[in-house]
Amino acid sequence: MNAAANPLRPAFLALLLGTATIVVPAQAETIEVTIDRLVYAPAEIEAKVGDEIEWINKDALVHTATMKGGTEVLVPAKKSGRLLMREPGSFDYICRYHPNMEGHITVRP
Amino acid sequence: MTVRLTTAAAAFALLLGGNWALAADKPTDPQIAHIAYTAGVIDVEAAKLAIATSKNKTVVEFAESMVRDHESVNKQALDLVKKLNVTPEDNDTSKALSQAAESKRSELAKLTGADFDKAYVENEAAYHKQVNGALETLLIPSAQNAELKSLLETGLKLFQGHQQHAEHVATELR
Ligand SMILES: [Cu+2]
Repeated sequence: MNAAANPLRPAFLALLLGTATIVVPAQAETIEVTIDRLVYAPAEIEAKVGDEIEWINKDALVHTATMKGGTEVLVPAKKSGRLLMREPGSFDYICRYHPNMEGHITVRP
Repeated sequence: MTVRLTTAAAAFALLLGGNWALAADKPTDPQIAHIAYTAGVIDVEAAKLAIATSKNKTVVEFAESMVRDHESVNKQALDLVKKLNVTPEDNDTSKALSQAAESKRSELAKLTGADFDKAYVENEAAYHKQVNGALETLLIPSAQNAELKSLLETGLKLFQGHQQHAEHVATELR
């Protein structure tokens, strides 16, 4: 209940947090890929390790994002599916049900 | 194999060739809607036979995805014709397609086990390929309504995907 000290606190906090963001690594992001009429858009994306990819399916069809090597995300009709990118690399993926749907993810360290 | 392809080919020859109707050389939108819908129904029926007959997990899963996709697209087609106030119109091509499909189904129904699986999946690849040809060369170019044309274009992408999927499963069975 020290009224006199309170007005200063937000300023100190802001300074503290502001400094902190410089030190802490950039926040993980969610990268969105839309699926519309059997097309991944954008078909090519770039991510960093720790980012999540979210596929948003606008079709009334069930799709997948199936990486060469096995990892698969099911993307139900009119719903979405997510995948956390844990390692760097270059990944081609397709839809297992419609292999003419093709996408690519580059994951930087 | 030869017989199966011949019956389907005959139906599409009718669709693509000079036998088309009497006066008009191009199908109308109500006829196109009926043909596209019929092509979907045929594939759903074949898939249901496969689900009931096959013991192969990959084949059954493939068939289930055919039922799911074609029922979904046919529902969209029905919603569209309702919205456009168009009544799908039965025609010689639809009839020929249904007849060819019926004789193919009775052929498949005589098979069991790996023979059935192979025949079903190979026919799926051939069937989707033929529907794709009809969509590309006749149905899409003939469609007048923009929304119908757009749905057919999505249908083409879907059928092309199914063709590749069927070819992939066929390779696995070999
Ligand atoms: Cu798909």
